[in-house]
Amino acid sequence: MAEAKTGAQAGERTTRRDFLELVAWTTLGVGAAATLWPFIDSLNPAADTLALATTEVDLEPIEVGQRVTVVWRGKPVFISHRTPEEIEQARATPLEELKDPEPDEARAQRPEWLVVIGICTHLGCVPAGNRAGEERGGWGGWFCPCHGSHYDTAGRIRQGPAPRNLDLPPYTFVSDTVVRIG
Amino acid sequence: MQREFVKAPFKSGVLKWIDDRLPVLSWAYNELVIYPAPRNLNYWWNLGSLAGFMLVVQIVTGVVLAMHYTPNAEMAFDSVERIMRDVNWGWLLRYLHANGASMFFFAVYIHMFRGLYYGSYKAPRELLWMIGVVILLLMMATAFMGYVLPWGQMSYWAAQVITNLFSAIPLVGDTIVTWLWGGFVVGNPTLQRFYALHYLLPFIIFAFVFLHILALHQTGSNNPLGIDLTAKDKIPFHPYYTVKDVFGLCLFLLLYGALVFYAPDALVVPINYEPANPLQTPLHIVPEWYFLPFYAMLRAINFDILWIIPAKLGGVLVMFSSILVLFFLPWLDTSKVRSATFRPLYKWFFWLFVANALMLGYLGAQPPEGWYLTLSQLGTAYYFLFFLVIMPVLGKIERPRPLPESLSEPVLGAAQPQPAK
Amino acid sequence: MRRAVVLVVLMAFVWAVQGEAAEVTEPVEREWPQEGVFGTYDRAALQRGFLVFKEVCAVCHAVKYLRFRDLAGIGFPDEEIKALARQYTVTDCCDDAGEPFERPAIPADPFPKPFPNEQAARAANNGALPTDLSLIVKSREGHENYVYSILTGYLDPPAGEEGPEGAYYNPYFPGHWIAMPPPLSEGIVEYPDGTPATVEQMASDVTQFLAWLAEPTMEERKRLGLRFFLFMLVVTGIFYAYKRRIWSRLR
Repeated sequence: MAEAKTGAQAGERTTRRDFLELVAWTTLGVGAAATLWPFIDSLNPAADTLALATTEVDLEPIEVGQRVTVVWRGKPVFISHRTPEEIEQARATPLEELKDPEPDEARAQRPEWLVVIGICTHLGCVPAGNRAGEERGGWGGWFCPCHGSHYDTAGRIRQGPAPRNLDLPPYTFVSDTVVRIG
Repeated sequence: MQREFVKAPFKSGVLKWIDDRLPVLSWAYNELVIYPAPRNLNYWWNLGSLAGFMLVVQIVTGVVLAMHYTPNAEMAFDSVERIMRDVNWGWLLRYLHANGASMFFFAVYIHMFRGLYYGSYKAPRELLWMIGVVILLLMMATAFMGYVLPWGQMSYWAAQVITNLFSAIPLVGDTIVTWLWGGFVVGNPTLQRFYALHYLLPFIIFAFVFLHILALHQTGSNNPLGIDLTAKDKIPFHPYYTVKDVFGLCLFLLLYGALVFYAPDALVVPINYEPANPLQTPLHIVPEWYFLPFYAMLRAINFDILWIIPAKLGGVLVMFSSILVLFFLPWLDTSKVRSATFRPLYKWFFWLFVANALMLGYLGAQPPEGWYLTLSQLGTAYYFLFFLVIMPVLGKIERPRPLPESLSEPVLGAAQPQPAK
Repeated sequence: MRRAVVLVVLMAFVWAVQGEAAEVTEPVEREWPQEGVFGTYDRAALQRGFLVFKEVCAVCHAVKYLRFRDLAGIGFPDEEIKALARQYTVTDCCDDAGEPFERPAIPADPFPKPFPNEQAARAANNGALPTDLSLIVKSREGHENYVYSILTGYLDPPAGEEGPEGAYYNPYFPGHWIAMPPPLSEGIVEYPDGTPATVEQMASDVTQFLAWLAEPTMEERKRLGLRFFLFMLVVTGIFYAYKRRIWSRLR
């Protein structure tokens, strides 16, 4: 083993070398860390996936009382054309009765249209009640067959294990008859 | 040669607890920190670690690309273009991977020439060298199959030509080719098996690299003088060679970066950006640059050898032999001296060999006719002459220059050539 | 030194031997704004090029990798892209009765193909298949210069040369006879920015558009490359100093 100069011999150089050592390995580490980002980010949704991140829905053919399911980002979205009774029922409910208190006005941009993500907030099943004749649960909204969560006509959780109301997707009304989700 | 196994000095009790039960940290400490390396290694010795670095780059970029690529004849080309256009940083990953193959071969070829110049394959490092040749063969197979995956015109026709080499085997050739293809032409089954193997082989290469390092650290590194060094001429790997390797890596990355960012398609034939068309062969079939010398030797044999081996089989045999001969190199070279520094004649033949390899590389990209063909034949002849005749004979007749006893004692008078152990 | 001499002599020999080049007309050498380390695409040219492409080339040629949304890359605002997409109809599958139906295109849709399949394309083009132009600039030797040369290179055939039925003489095309009729003629499009639509201008613009289409990420690549090099030069310098410092401990 060759003798490395140590102690007093290298003493005056120590400070500069230690500083250089720190700078060298730190810069290298920063570079390596920055290099990781493209690898991680490449696993995020690609441009073609993002381009389909919005869905426009024509509301014209949906009759009062009818509910339809559309697919947005691979997920089911329930669009409910609510009857006056359903709106009335949703609005009359006192907030104290709710597990996740939210007024109906905050859940529907236009009272006659309710747009919610059709995935039970409990464990991810798709609740029943969107098709005519299906079980709608005790509050006339949706009923999740997996673990028995009941949702009302505003998609709010009323009974069962689900912790939250049905989630709302971001949406805007492009016109009176077209809604853009996403 | 045998070193003592030193336990790593730990500050942390947890690390020590682990190391007492699973001594991987101490192993790394012994092989990567205190490993005694010759103090006189020059920059040619950087290429080994650079090749190792490129293997890691290829595996990492490759695994991520595999998450986006579709191994199907109908969709492969589109999925590559999707990587280039839609996947975040996809263009970067693909260019890194495609040019990474070139940088990997570049490092490995220089690494091999270095071994050839300094006699690093000689006793006691014969197995070290042979494991290296296995790595080269595996790399070639991996690179070839990877080139097929984008399913462009050149991908397709390269697969066609290379798999057809096996049809030269007498009697069973055609059966083997059909088996390789999984059909009657290169097609979707071929692509899918190439994909599976292209993903598998790098990990086998990784295992062989591990063996390569194990064998290296068993015998210790060779050095530019080629003499056996004593402990006082060695220095700990860290920090001396870790820092030197990182500095070399920086220079290497500048070259790699120049390719990836400013000439990403410089080393591929344009026509590979056209989707595979099984009904139309491109006018010029050219392999990747790192195969060109071997391709030139394949095409140089346009005559029947000794009236019994047909030209086609002869070319294939010559091409495969050009690699296989490397396995026998440790015994073909009869010289007692390792380093060409002390071999006045060998030095010349070595540089002629390098020039010859470059010439063959150039000829591999030219049409095999006229002068090109004649030169290819001469080049092929020299390639084999170098290993099969010059190496054995030169060792007997060459008078090597006197070798130094050690690094610290320069050559004084005519010391006897030190016999290689 | 002697090695270098040997190498040079050898190379010179190889070059000398190379004399017999094939009879291909080399494409015209032109300068392109996207060339070089700092080269970028000229947005105005790309937009003019797209106009030429849309009105002339797209009549026969498909571009499978162009989606309407990609046009943001040549500087079109989102609203214009939407409006442009709406002018095209695409066939989607399927309506409630299981039948394919037509709808206006949206930005995520690919630019519609002129022919539904290869047979239809050949039938409409005298048996020749118009190449997909998505990657034409990348996939041809000579790249931009080749495309430009083809577009501007139509000539009267030399006396005595006879081509196949319906083919046109173009020295830059391999084999010199091309099935594509001369696509550009003076004033065939009208540029909104008032640039005179000469054949050379249109060929140059559409070539730049096709170069962009072949590699829309080129500018991003060069930008990242610049940052990479600035960073790496610093790291290289630091490690050079550090290496020297460490090694100075020996001797």
